[in-house]
Formats: sequence, structure tokens, C-alpha cells
Amino acid sequence: MLEITILGRGGQGAQVACQILAAAFFRAGRHVQAFAAYGGERRGAPVTASLRVDDAPVTLRCDIERPDHVLVLDAGLLEGVAPSLRTGGLILVNSRGAPCGRAPHAARVLDVDAGAIAATAGLGPIVSTAMLGAFAGATGLLPLADLRAAVAEGSPARGAENVAACSAGFAAGLALRRVPAGAVEV
Amino acid sequence: MSALAASARTATHTLLTGDHAVAHAAALARPAVIPVYPITPQTPVLEKLAELREAGALAGDLVPVESEHSAMATCIAASLAGVRVFTATASQGLALMHEMLHYAAGARAPVVMVNVNRTLAAPWGFWADQTDSLAQRDTGWIQLYCASPQEELDTVLQAYRVAETVLLPVMVVFEALYVSHALEPVAVPGADVVARFLPPYEPAWRLDPASPRGFGGTATPAQWRANRLAMQAAMDRAVAAVADAGERWGELTGRGYGAVEGYRLDDAELVLLAAGAIAGTARTAVDRLREAGVPAGLLRLRLFRPFPAAELTSALGMAHTVVVLDRNCSIGSGGIVAAEVRAALHAHDETDVRLFSFLAGLGGVDVSPEAVVGMARYALRPGPPPAESLLPEAV
Repeated sequence: MLEITILGRGGQGAQVACQILAAAFFRAGRHVQAFAAYGGERRGAPVTASLRVDDAPVTLRCDIERPDHVLVLDAGLLEGVAPSLRTGGLILVNSRGAPCGRAPHAARVLDVDAGAIAATAGLGPIVSTAMLGAFAGATGLLPLADLRAAVAEGSPARGAENVAACSAGFAAGLALRRVPAGAVEV
Repeated sequence: MSALAASARTATHTLLTGDHAVAHAAALARPAVIPVYPITPQTPVLEKLAELREAGALAGDLVPVESEHSAMATCIAASLAGVRVFTATASQGLALMHEMLHYAAGARAPVVMVNVNRTLAAPWGFWADQTDSLAQRDTGWIQLYCASPQEELDTVLQAYRVAETVLLPVMVVFEALYVSHALEPVAVPGADVVARFLPPYEPAWRLDPASPRGFGGTATPAQWRANRLAMQAAMDRAVAAVADAGERWGELTGRGYGAVEGYRLDDAELVLLAAGAIAGTARTAVDRLREAGVPAGLLRLRLFRPFPAAELTSALGMAHTVVVLDRNCSIGSGGIVAAEVRAALHAHDETDVRLFSFLAGLGGVDVSPEAVVGMARYALRPGPPPAESLLPEAV
């Protein structure tokens, strides 16, 4: 089973991104379960969305304590990532610059400038689809075609722009895959 | 390639949340009247029903009402007029309906309602807790507890068949967020399958100006008593009706259901017992206990009213230890399912079974497989079980 969490701020689309990622894995023939932590949602507040992916129906109904991978839509939320990721996991951070002041993680921490990708695609601050693309590119867990189709179907608005951001994010993620693990580990 | 990978392309599976799955089920049952009053976390059920109606997939009337009490009053009136009805609620809404719940059952109106388990105030919350529906256990409603969006959809359709067979209302129950808002693959059956399973509702009696009759007039003590005994007899028949509906649904869809569901029970000496979402998590706990050499199994309670005492005690087999996980609490008594299980074991002369009652997941508190394993290990220690319910922190 694969467990993924997406950390964002209210209004950034973490929950919709999680549902799109679920739909993409579903298109790829996998069983999925997507859910979100609720309570006091408001713009700017931290939001966690969670996804399980498996080859059999998912029967677990509890929080994800040790995700395999984490997508962080706002670099300011990185310190909220539990340091208990599974070995071999990836923390993918939407960040412009070099990381600083990060807690030590056993996982790889990779940065992608999803903000710039989203802005180029005409999406303003909506970084979630660029991040999904980068995740697929960096991990190789998901065919781009399935992700693009899920983004096109699941985007509440500006479908073409979101698909473009997803593809550009995928290319950026592919480039990250070639970054040696030691070079970016903190 | 997984079975899903093959079937996903047949377009029978689609990704749905638990709330949206029951909306599809309700629409497939073709209710004529659907009183609606929103409450978190049930609101997406009503939103999806409104969408389906706009899309032409639902012919029934959505009736906006001013409270949940009115929603149930409307359900009863329409049901007694001879049509199929549906509504959904949660928590405070169910509590406000309480008076009308008794009325629906006493009038023998086969209403089908979904309740999303949510904490009751005070304090305010939106979290999973089964006390709201379990507190309605004496109203004369059949209660079925579901553990997944797929099961919710399947159970709503079975609920109509059961309700219209024994003429009692049915509550289909599942927990807030863990099930109601989980997005999962769900097989939505075609209208042809549903039509073979659920014939049009044709009651023997109905409110009809052409043939005047009344429901709910004043009864003498003897008539009132006869009414309650008839309800009790109907509840007794409901056990078989639930089994029949689950079996028939299985024949049509490949997804059969019973009053209880067992997992690795055959040679189990320790059985975890729960209703609802935690049972899903407990499956993983059973696997881990088995890997560690503990002969553990799981019994998921699906039917709570009528309480399937015979089915439950039979399914427990040779187990000597039962660990009941209750996401609910009758303040002053403890775990509600545990109390029912104790009574069932006693009634079936299984008095040497050691029963451990854990209040697990109250108020939506997360229950991990590790926590469930810890409860099982606590129960494996020598010595008699405590008389009172335990919190997982006691482990």
C-alpha cells in the first residue's frame, strides 16, 4: 500500500488535488481512498489531505501516521511534516529557494518551484496541479497520461491551464529524479 | 492486473464519496418524496440528490422543510399515502426527529433514512461517534451499520426491500468523515439490476380519500399492546428479511451481505468485534496478530436492531475472548455494543467467554491498527476482564 499526504493552506486546493491524484491512480487501475482532515477550515489555515493506493480495496479507516510521500504546497508548512516518513519516501516542497531551518528527515526532500510553473501557465497562486505533475515526474509512480486526464476532468476551472501546469510540473519532476539523493538531503 | 483494473473500464465503477454513494442509491430506489434539511456531514447527500434531479436521474420531489422533525413528519405522511420516501440526517438532526421516529415505527411506515454518525453537542463537533443513532435503538427502527461507501449504496437498496417486507422503518448508518467523506471506487448498479431487486412499492393499506382509513388514532390499552407486540414480531422477521435481501443482492451483484460479517474467524480464539469503520481498521490488526501467532479474528456487526444474537454467538464459534470496540458511550453504562453482546452471550449460555469492552474512537479520535493490536494484547493477559469499559489509554 502507498500512503500519500498533501499539506497546504485553506484555499490552495490541497483537497481537490488529493481527489485528482486519487482519480489518476484509479485510472491507472489501482484501488484508492482519499480523505481530508476537517474542522475549522478557513483560508490560510493548514489543511491535510490524505490518499491510500493499493492493489486491493482499502479497508483501513484511520489517519495516515507514516506516509510514504508528502507534497507540501507551502514551504512554510514543512516544519509540520512528521519526521516519521517511511524509508525511501519523498517530501516534495513547493519552494523557490534553498531550504533553511528544516527539521531532519529520513526521506529525500526535493524542491520544485511550482509557483513559477503555475504563474507561467496563467493559474496565479494555484500550485496544486503543478505539484501533482512534479510528484508523478519525480517518483515515476503514475503515468502522465492518467494524471493529465484526471486533471482535465477534476479541475473546477481553467482545465487547459491546469493540464499545462501539470505537464510542466512533470518535466520539472523528471529533472529532479536525476538529482542524486545526497545532494538535497538535509 | 487487479480485478479493479479490468472492471474500471466497464464504467460500472466510479469514484464516489460515501455521501454521494448513498445519494445514487436513493435515486435508484425511485422515491417519490424526499424531504431535505441539511446538516454537516450529511449535506453532500442532499446536494447530490438535487444534482441528480436536475440531470433528470431522479423523478421524486425534493421537499425543503424547516427542520428535521418536519422532515420525518413529511416522510411518515407520504409513506402512509403509499409512496416510497427517503431522507438523511445526522447528530442533532436525528435527535430532533426522536419523537417522529417512534411515530414512524408505530404507524408501520417503511421509511428509509440515512444517518451519518456525528457527535452530539455539547461540546460542538463534527466528528464520528455512533451514540446519536444507538440512542435511537428503542424507537422500533431497524438499524444497519456500514463500513464503506460501496456498502452504504448496497445497503440503502436492501433497506427498502427489508422495510417494505416487514413494514418497519430502516436507518442506514455510517460514520462521519471516515466513511461519509472518503472518496473510493464504488460500483453503481444499473436501473435494470435495481428493478429486478426492488419491485415498485404497492402497500396493502394507504391513505386514500376514495377508501377512507386512518393511521395513528387513539388506541385502547389492549390495542396499543397488540400494536407493540406486532412490531416486535416484525422485528423478529426482520432478521430473516435482512439475510434474504443481502443474499439476493449478492446473487445480482456479487456483493452479498449478512447480519454479521466474519474475517479469519474459523479457528479464532480471540475475536475483535465492532460496528462500522473501526472494523475496517481492525482487519489489519487481525492480520498483524495472526503474523505474531495469535489466533485472532474479526466479527463486524452490521445489523444492530433487531440484534442478531443467534447469528453473533454462532459466528463466535470457539472463541474464548471477545474484544468489543465501541465508538459510542451510554454515559453511566459504557460501550453500547458491548452491553448488547454481553446480553446475547448470556442468553445463549456462553457465559465462559471473556468480554473486554473498549471505548475506542469516541468523538472521532483516530484508532490505528497498532492501537487495536494493543487492545487485543491487553485482553490476552491472564485474569478476569474489568467490569467497566476501558479506554485505549488503559492498554
